[in-house]
Amino acid sequence: MPAITLTINNELFSARKEQTILEIAREHGIDIPTLCHFEGLEAMGGCRLCLVELQGSPRPVPACITKAAEGMVITTSSDKLIEYRKMLVELLLAERTHTCSICVQNNNCELQTLAAKLGIDHVRFDYLHQQLPMDASRERFALDHNRCVLCLRCVRVCDAVEGAHTWDVRGRGSTSRIVADLDRPWGNSTSCTDCGKCVQLCPTGALYKKGATVGEMKKERSFLNRILERRRLAAQGRSL
Amino acid sequence: MNRGELAELAEATLQKQQACRLRLLVCCGTPCVAAGAEAVVAALREQLTGLGNLADLELVSTGCQGPCSRGPLLTVLQPGQPEQVWEKVTPELACTVLNTALQQQHLPEQNLLPQDWPFFNRQTRLVLANSGRIDPESLEQYIARGGYESLAQALHEMTPDDVCDGVVQSGLRGRGGGGYPTGLKWQLVRKSSGSRKFVVANGDEGDPGAYMDRSLMESDPHRILEGIAIAGYAIGADQGYIYVRGEYPVAAQRLRKAIKDAERAGLLGSRVLDSSFSFRIDIRIGAGAFVCGEETALLGSIMGRRGQPRIRPPYPAEAGLWGCPTLINNVETFGNIPSIFSIGPQAFSAYGNGKSRGTKVFALCGEVVNNGLIEVPMGIPLREIVYEIGGGLANGATFKAAQTGGPSGGCIPAEKLDTPVDYENLQALGSIMGSGGLIVMGEQSCMVDVARFFMEFCLDESCGKCVPCRTGTVEIYRLLSRICNGSASQRDLQTLEQLCVMMKDTSLCGLGAAAPNPVLSTLRWFRQEYEAHVKDRRCPAGVCSMNELPLHLLGEQLLQRISALRCDGEEY
Amino acid sequence: MSKLRLATAWLGGCSGCHMSLLDLGELLVGLADRIDLVYGPLVDAKQFPEQVDLALIEGAVANLENLELLQQIRRNSRLLVSFGDCAITGNVTSLRNIFKVDDLLTGVYQAGPGSLPRSGEDGHVLPELLPRVLPLHQVVEVDAFIPGCPPDPDRILAAITAALNGEPIQLSEEMRTFG
Repeated sequence: MPAITLTINNELFSARKEQTILEIAREHGIDIPTLCHFEGLEAMGGCRLCLVELQGSPRPVPACITKAAEGMVITTSSDKLIEYRKMLVELLLAERTHTCSICVQNNNCELQTLAAKLGIDHVRFDYLHQQLPMDASRERFALDHNRCVLCLRCVRVCDAVEGAHTWDVRGRGSTSRIVADLDRPWGNSTSCTDCGKCVQLCPTGALYKKGATVGEMKKERSFLNRILERRRLAAQGRSL
Repeated sequence: MNRGELAELAEATLQKQQACRLRLLVCCGTPCVAAGAEAVVAALREQLTGLGNLADLELVSTGCQGPCSRGPLLTVLQPGQPEQVWEKVTPELACTVLNTALQQQHLPEQNLLPQDWPFFNRQTRLVLANSGRIDPESLEQYIARGGYESLAQALHEMTPDDVCDGVVQSGLRGRGGGGYPTGLKWQLVRKSSGSRKFVVANGDEGDPGAYMDRSLMESDPHRILEGIAIAGYAIGADQGYIYVRGEYPVAAQRLRKAIKDAERAGLLGSRVLDSSFSFRIDIRIGAGAFVCGEETALLGSIMGRRGQPRIRPPYPAEAGLWGCPTLINNVETFGNIPSIFSIGPQAFSAYGNGKSRGTKVFALCGEVVNNGLIEVPMGIPLREIVYEIGGGLANGATFKAAQTGGPSGGCIPAEKLDTPVDYENLQALGSIMGSGGLIVMGEQSCMVDVARFFMEFCLDESCGKCVPCRTGTVEIYRLLSRICNGSASQRDLQTLEQLCVMMKDTSLCGLGAAAPNPVLSTLRWFRQEYEAHVKDRRCPAGVCSMNELPLHLLGEQLLQRISALRCDGEEY
Repeated sequence: MSKLRLATAWLGGCSGCHMSLLDLGELLVGLADRIDLVYGPLVDAKQFPEQVDLALIEGAVANLENLELLQQIRRNSRLLVSFGDCAITGNVTSLRNIFKVDDLLTGVYQAGPGSLPRSGEDGHVLPELLPRVLPLHQVVEVDAFIPGCPPDPDRILAAITAALNGEPIQLSEEMRTFG
């Protein structure tokens, strides 16, 4: 695998050619916030939190999807990036009704943690308070659209790892919504295998196990480690 | 058909046309049809049938002739006489024109457009050369005007590299709005390696107020086919797609017929014009998403996926349709290709200004006297478009601003009226060339309201993949609504600006990145209007209702209302 | 050294934040030397006083009374702090924002179970509800935020201590989480 050299935050690093900026940064302990990204799933570049400044590029680029190249000069944190990331998470908090205090995922939520980490103590935008339904028709799991951030991890893991492609998206823009089996109640889905991968990968309390009450839902992902790691390496043309 | 037969057919058709003592061209573009053009055609057809369908009288239902607000239009051609155009033609008027012309009397002057009308005289029609001159459904008429000759020339006299070079020399740039040099793109795709290559024409025109592509596809479909075929030859593709938006059924139907006719004539399909080049074109219909005008979303849609953009690189030139190198250009860009080879790349690049060469088609609309479709050389001052071609503002209004580039563009204020209209100059003003929508606004327009209109459009059309566009558009729209209804605070104005700048920098695709442009450009040129709304709760143009109150005032008003109720002893 | 004039207020919330303040327990005794509690549900002042140094405001702005009081608090206070999630995000109080006010009132007081509340002497049953429940910073300038539902006592202590020391109130990452 050809090696390359690039600069991140004024430090020189060498890396493999097929790696993304995000992988290299994390390998060296440089923190870049992410939300829609999940190692081993195809990168989407939707949440825009991993935007980094790349010298010569007029706009910041998403680290999760941008492949490293020889001589790149990258800055992972700046006043502008910090401000942008804050605004993006604020937009997510305002978009749907993420009432942390009554959420199954309280204190175990990636969005909640991210907000605190980015220094968000209030949201400057209007809360949209969309009237969105819940789908509790499945026996073991439930879906609360009010907590969904549309990261599409569920869609991607269901398609690429479980191979069921139960989940997809309907509508567009701010009316986009996750749907099972071409917009049927999840309980009526015939493609869903009840594997629970979507539930465990969901960063918020949008997908959860029934029976959990406030703060009780913890996501257990270790059973996916091996398969996701294999996929991650395969994307770089390597194997375990 | 081989090249010789093509020339013969052109000659024969031309002779037939020249032998006519009278040719009546009725504009059957969509606006003219809406104004009653079909009745005009029917009346004329009846008269001609009554006369026994003489071979030297020809009636043609053409595509768009241009001045759309004045339809239905009738153009009369007589040998040895200047052509004459009537506006707002009724069936009666059309019949009078026909009869007086047959009796060689003086033609009626009622509704006759002047010979030196600047709307026609100031234009340079290359792409629109055939629009309004031919029956869009007639292959012969297209051929009679030199159609497919450029393709024949490319196939028989030029190597694919020559063709790419020709396009580079012409200086043509993408007419969809991006302005990327077309020749360079062709060379890139030509050099890309792939088992197959594809050509895609983007006809998913969606800007409010823009209908250049629609009109071109409806009025001169073969021109686009020819442009695509030349591109296919140049880059080494054997398959092309035209992506037509679903709202343009007539365009799709005409293109379909054109493809069938061209295939039958050996101008498309296998062994085009007796050469070794084979090329098929198929139509793909959009399902009504603005974002599918973005190239990666469009390609996804053609492949049957959800129409949403993906991150570039890889660019379609490397990995487009099914991972193969794909050339994607706007239909107007393809419409320019036959002209480049018929007049020669040098002659083509003689038109224009700076790095913007050739001509540009604009849909001129809004508060101008002459609404319609125009084609002008790049670099023409905006003033000339508005005041000479457009005939100034309707009802004596004063020019306030012109919006170019639709919801992705910006406005140009009155003090910049002398700006040459080309890619660089418009960008310097914070607007873009865009696909060619040009909306003229008078003093009666409120710029905040205009920005809000475009933002409403964008929030509706955002695909929802990335956060800044999906939610940012909604929040910006709410802020603008508050400014328009009088309940905004100074801080809202500040948040608005922050959000716009962030969205421009962080959105995934061009739609999101350009969505704040109307706000940023109105803020740049008309900041005082925003201030008036927020500080003085006043809409200078008198458009916004301003019937809501900011919270602090709302509180006072409610309290007053309640104390009044209490005095009356009523319950509330 | 003069004492810090502290006021608290309880707008559209559950009073949980005030309970959490009381949970400071004996630490409150230590603070008493340095603080004068001049207004709030925990003291018996009827009018919001002038020249307050620090105002901790619990709850969202849900009705006209909240709005009026908050505006007065802002006028009379040097530092205004959004105290708890309802004040900062609207939280549970704002869950009614998906309904129209009229539908809500009809649903709760007419179609719902039980009898209508009896009208007070002046016909003043409920303070008029605002069309939407709003976080404080959308109504007035807010100087600092103490998130949490309710905020842990140590978050409250950190904020009060900062104010006592004349430092800006900025909580650390682990003290900043909502919920």
